[in-house]
Amino acid sequence: MNAENIAAASMAESAAARAVSPPNGLLVRIDVKGLNFYYGAQHALKNVSLPVYANEVTSIIGPSGCGKTTLLRTFNRMFDLYRGHRAEGEVLLDGINILSPDMDVTSLRARVGMVFQKPTPFPMSIYDNIAFGIRLYEKLPKSVLRERVEIALRRAALWEEVKDKLNHSGMSLSGGQQQRLCIARAIAVEPEVVLMDEPASALDPIATARIEELVDQLKERYTIVIVTHNMQQAARVSGYTAFMYMGELVEFGETEQIFTKPREPRTRDYLTGRFG
Amino acid sequence: MARSKWLYIRRRIYNALMYVAAFLSALFGLVWLFWILAVLLRKGVPAINWDFFTKLPAPPGTPGGGLANAILGTLMITALATAIGVPAGVMAGTYLAEFGRKSALAKAVRFVADLLVSAPSIVVGVFVYSIVVMPMHGFSGLAGAIALAIIMVPVVVRTTEEILLLVPDSLREAALALGAPYWRVVVQVCYRRALAGMTTGILLAVARVSGETAPLLFTALNSPFWSPSITKPVATLNVTLFNYAMSPYDDWRSLAWGAALLITMGVLVATILARMVVGRIRI
Repeated sequence: MNAENIAAASMAESAAARAVSPPNGLLVRIDVKGLNFYYGAQHALKNVSLPVYANEVTSIIGPSGCGKTTLLRTFNRMFDLYRGHRAEGEVLLDGINILSPDMDVTSLRARVGMVFQKPTPFPMSIYDNIAFGIRLYEKLPKSVLRERVEIALRRAALWEEVKDKLNHSGMSLSGGQQQRLCIARAIAVEPEVVLMDEPASALDPIATARIEELVDQLKERYTIVIVTHNMQQAARVSGYTAFMYMGELVEFGETEQIFTKPREPRTRDYLTGRFG
Repeated sequence: MARSKWLYIRRRIYNALMYVAAFLSALFGLVWLFWILAVLLRKGVPAINWDFFTKLPAPPGTPGGGLANAILGTLMITALATAIGVPAGVMAGTYLAEFGRKSALAKAVRFVADLLVSAPSIVVGVFVYSIVVMPMHGFSGLAGAIALAIIMVPVVVRTTEEILLLVPDSLREAALALGAPYWRVVVQVCYRRALAGMTTGILLAVARVSGETAPLLFTALNSPFWSPSITKPVATLNVTLFNYAMSPYDDWRSLAWGAALLITMGVLVATILARMVVGRIRI
């Protein structure tokens, strides 16, 4: 696909995004413009355009294989790790295109953190799990580092449960605690954006509720993008929702509008369980 | 009704037969190990005394003497081989698992490592004879250590790679998503996760080469004295065992049994220690 095609397609596609009047006073943190993604020959994202508003929770919903996770993983260039995966178009983070080849991926990932589907505690102590990320960027005296670890664990609502066993292995925690540890680890480096890829799908309902509460608190400080299979979850936690289908962004808007008055028939069909 | 009952009985009979067969097979494997240990203990224990560990070998026909120099020599050569072979092996294994993966170079290295694992160790001995012993104009402990290191490397390479591949990619992605450079991910996350397995692999490789004799015949040779330097011939338990076992002197043959017992016990103790160490590494 050449540049002209992308531009044309992006104009057509971004009409969907423009149809939503930008809410007053909201800052666009990430602006996706005419994004196409390829796994080798497979065209996984087709001219996706949408804004991600700062200090809001944006959820991405849609059936399996619709490109939700693919979209999320372009925001921190996670796809760079794999040969043949490539993105075309623009993903602007605070106005700068992160897909540009001279983007420093390391500093990008310091600004855009990620939490994965399965908890991924590192094989080290709870304390070191959090300190690992901080140490990458800052050389802090021990007392300051300790404070930073505590702040991160408090924000992730885990401090009370682990404060007496910071030197225990991170892998000794329960699944829900591990996931909050991963969230603490991601926010310890003070990112602007936190990406969450089905962060509660491996957890029981109680742990899920805790994560959802946490997401709600975190949006005060961070911009959150959450991919979820669970539509109730999207409705509960997010202010904005993007519905994707077969690699296309079908509809983007305020969560309430998407769930109560979807504009697109495909969104309505999905929400009422007719497919997906 | 009757049919299903017959089926059930038939299954029970098969189950019992297979159970017995599996049990006997396991026993068959164990019997040899304990038989070897029993023979070694019976013949070797009488040779082991204070002199065995502290004295040099006695001249032919003279009673007494010990294998102090060979014990020290084996420890020295094995340690030196480990110091050469393990870092090289671990780094090559890391390359295969973390960086090379499916590249042509990685495939070639993997293939060569697999070939080397099964290469006869005597061939390695002859090879080191030609590249180290001949240019240096003499047998040496160093040559012996190099030969053992060469045998060790492919084993360490393949186990390191296999253990590192067991580390889930999700863990690597999680560390990379924090903005960590890849080398840090490997050293601080993957190695830590793989520590227990890698330690076992390394200790098994050390145990394996500590029992090798053939590659030492043309390299470290042997010596009835304390070795003044690793650039001179060095006595080892294995080669001493080989020489003494075929000697006409009762005392020497007895020492050979002692050496055999000591080598076996060394490997056994090292393996048990490895298990204990690995058991303590909780991740």
